[in-house]
Amino acid sequence: MGKVIVVTSGKGGVGKTTSTAALGAALAQRNEKVVVVDFDVGLRNLDLVMGAERRVVYDMVNVIQGDAKLPQALIRDKRLETLFLLPASQTRDKDALTPEGVEWIVGELKKYFDWIICDSPAGIERGATLAMRHADMAVVVTNPEVSSVRDSDRIIGLLDAKTLKAERGERMEKHLLLTRYDANRAERGDMLKVDDVLDILSIPLIGIIPESTDVLKASNVGAPVTLADARSAPALAYFDAARRLAGETLPITIPGDKRSLLGKIFGRKAA
Amino acid sequence: MSIFSHFRKKTSAPQARERLQLLLAHERASAGSDLVAILREEILAVIAKHVEVDADRVQVRMDRDEHVSLLEIEVEIPLPSAMRAA
Repeated sequence: MGKVIVVTSGKGGVGKTTSTAALGAALAQRNEKVVVVDFDVGLRNLDLVMGAERRVVYDMVNVIQGDAKLPQALIRDKRLETLFLLPASQTRDKDALTPEGVEWIVGELKKYFDWIICDSPAGIERGATLAMRHADMAVVVTNPEVSSVRDSDRIIGLLDAKTLKAERGERMEKHLLLTRYDANRAERGDMLKVDDVLDILSIPLIGIIPESTDVLKASNVGAPVTLADARSAPALAYFDAARRLAGETLPITIPGDKRSLLGKIFGRKAA
Repeated sequence: MSIFSHFRKKTSAPQARERLQLLLAHERASAGSDLVAILREEILAVIAKHVEVDADRVQVRMDRDEHVSLLEIEVEIPLPSAMRAA
């Protein structure tokens, strides 16, 4: 049975979709069967970040309403054989996603995939609660910035209350993914440090993604950052995070910490 | 700008940290307040069926950390009524 992960944050624009695509591709690059699922009904974007926007025929709501079979709605990635996308619907009817429909789809996906990665919409409304509902573990995406940290705290509360796991009295596994981190600014005292955020949110860290122009470049061309430039600093950080998700223990490194001038000129490997 | 003003410059991250810690302590406490109020009332009702208790002498608290949520209930039972109940 596949493992269901929700990528969530409360606040918008912190990197949920980028992280869903990057982690999904990183896991698929390890030859695991992965499906990334867009829960942002009405504002889907995972298709665009994955570079599959022109291949969307059917979406999750079509499947729920019986207009398409689940395999018809799944889009296989052109670069990775084991990576699939289930797009969200662009309908404006926010009730189109039903709890029963989502339960059935997640149940089916678990039979065929090793990983089901649910890209949550921002906010704490229906879409967000449905995205987290069936999760086995959660990746809480947070920027080192006050409003993002506050919203993550809210979401952690919801993960502990509104998920099936929580309702069954089990402990929801939650992991912090710190994105857009700038080690130099943190060192200067103008950005919350990793330890500050960890102290405040008190959930274990799964990765630190450095602020990087490579993220925008990757989305420009429609590729997960782990595929667009696998040697870039954010890609390396996502690969490590994916390995930790899969259960490996790796020491956490703060990316960009010791990047020398020569490193900047001659390559990116000093991440 | 003199070289010394550089040393005096106050950094902003500690303020962010402090503000968040204060705010979240408050928000976490109030997030559970509905539940705590309901629990308090119902627990009081159950106990009151069997022993006489003063509504003000019942305290319900809820704490949350990384691993567990802790529900603390403290009921003070006045001596005379406790003896009557026994």
